[in-house]
Amino acid sequence: MSQNTDWVYSEKIKDHFMHPRNILEDEKSYRYDGKGVVGNIKCGDQMMMVIKVDKEKNAIADCKWKTYGCASAIASTSLLSEIVIGMSLDKAYHISPKDIAEELGGLPEHKIHCSVLGDKALRAAIDDYYMKNGMENKIKKEKARIICQCMNVTDHDIENAVLEGARTFLELQEHTKLGTVCGQCKGEAEQLLKEYVKKHFDK
Amino acid sequence: MSVKKVYLDHNATTPLHPEVKKVMREAMDKFGNPSSLHSVGREARKYVEEARAKTAGFIGASPEEIVFVGSGSEANNTVLSIFSCASKSCSFHSEVKKVVVTTAIEHPCIIESSKCLKDRGFDVRYLDVDSFGKVSIEQLEDILKGRKAGLVSVMMANNEIGTLQDIKLIAEIAHKYGALMHTDAVQAVGKIPVDVKKLDVDFLTVSGHKIYGPKGIGMLFVKTGTPFCPFVRGGHQEMGRRAGTENTLGIIGLGKAVEMRAKEMAAEDKRLKGLKKMLAQGIRKNIPDAHFNGHPEDSLVSTLNVSFKGAEGEAILLYLDLAGIAVSTGSACASGSLDPSHVLLATGISPELAHGSIRISMGRLTDKKDIEYVLDTLPGIIKKIRNMSSAYSKGGKNVPKH
Repeated sequence: MSQNTDWVYSEKIKDHFMHPRNILEDEKSYRYDGKGVVGNIKCGDQMMMVIKVDKEKNAIADCKWKTYGCASAIASTSLLSEIVIGMSLDKAYHISPKDIAEELGGLPEHKIHCSVLGDKALRAAIDDYYMKNGMENKIKKEKARIICQCMNVTDHDIENAVLEGARTFLELQEHTKLGTVCGQCKGEAEQLLKEYVKKHFDK
Repeated sequence: MSVKKVYLDHNATTPLHPEVKKVMREAMDKFGNPSSLHSVGREARKYVEEARAKTAGFIGASPEEIVFVGSGSEANNTVLSIFSCASKSCSFHSEVKKVVVTTAIEHPCIIESSKCLKDRGFDVRYLDVDSFGKVSIEQLEDILKGRKAGLVSVMMANNEIGTLQDIKLIAEIAHKYGALMHTDAVQAVGKIPVDVKKLDVDFLTVSGHKIYGPKGIGMLFVKTGTPFCPFVRGGHQEMGRRAGTENTLGIIGLGKAVEMRAKEMAAEDKRLKGLKKMLAQGIRKNIPDAHFNGHPEDSLVSTLNVSFKGAEGEAILLYLDLAGIAVSTGSACASGSLDPSHVLLATGISPELAHGSIRISMGRLTDKKDIEYVLDTLPGIIKKIRNMSSAYSKGGKNVPKH
């Protein structure tokens, strides 16, 4: 990224940060078909996305959001809301953090964490719509399940760390950075650690 | 159109005082090595020693008790490194005093150095602070009782929340139990009167760029007779206490900076007291759910730290920046890590409030108009952020219907 003294991130982030689009202004009267909330205020990031669905086209008719977070979290949610309106549910379901970061003109590495929440919130909103409309079969059960929300560490990552030699919670943290922010996942991570060690190394 | 620029981040760094700039410009031609015996060197030596005398006088020390170093961080690292010296030939030998006491709210250079001591087998204890950021004196006594502590290191004024500690009392207790006393006074010297004799400390740290002096110069006070071991070795400079050819330009700048502080400090203190009151009252009146961090009285008059519920600090900082106002935040997002300020967490506030904090630190040029501009700008920014925040509800009052 260029070293711009006027602004710390890309121009596109600045634009969305200064003029955020599609904020959910009046939560009570806005009628949505699906809602997703992800993140944790303790970690400094939380996002809520709501969608209206065009049921004939199976596409997102409208999308609004609220975000508690930094400039890139605000900008990435705003941008995401703009690009998904009119998009098919199937396509919207597969937007990745990388797609969002690219659209924003690049994010510093430590800020990728902030855009990870946007696509998760959107998927959660679409899942919510599927649930409410008898389409549970469309919910893609992600093979990997996120255990540590703060550092975005999945059960797969934990299994890999075990295979790479992690045996204690501290070693697991060294491998994955899991549980280094709010620490809420410690119990679950320790349980998984035990299970994977047993699965791969117990005779 | 250029926006109005209001710099309110003086705890991060300060601009050069015009008088400092002037003497430094002139000093640029004094290139001699102060260690050289010829006239060019002797001239440089004269300037260095003049600055040393001024700096010493400003804190009530003798010139030979002043060691010029590269930064406040270096001074702090030096003090902690003394205690891990295990050489029997060293003037300091700490074999029996392997306990070091510091606090949970120190600057990272103390925290990290103390972790290093821990790795080298030291018993490092961190004093807790109360909700205002004051260290627990009882806990200090409890730790020192029955243990052979080598050092107690407590910062005089906290850089984030401005809380002042009772260094005189802490030094008294440290000495009672045979420990040496260090205080990181980087944020205090030049803002409040500091006298090393009255405080009875053994080490004290000062930084140049926090008091309108240049960057790259710091000062460590070492009380006469205190055991010492250099951090940077290999030269006779600074009476063998810090190797490396003197930063003549920086030292001259620091000397002038303390001279100007001595002249301006008292009047500035009175003025900033009024501005801080105005700022706090304005925030309290115009922004709901604001939480003030730090001690209400025993605090730097230049520093105000405040958290806004449901608003994240980096977003506040960047909206203020777009309006030309420079502040800092205790939010994780601004630091490149994911943890919010260790100082704010140590005071017991929630991570959410720590993420939503900003630090406003005023300085010698801050005036009423600057504070008025902040008070005109900040409420709208907090409102805007909260309006799109998933972590803040308006309470249902006065919400316009669409």
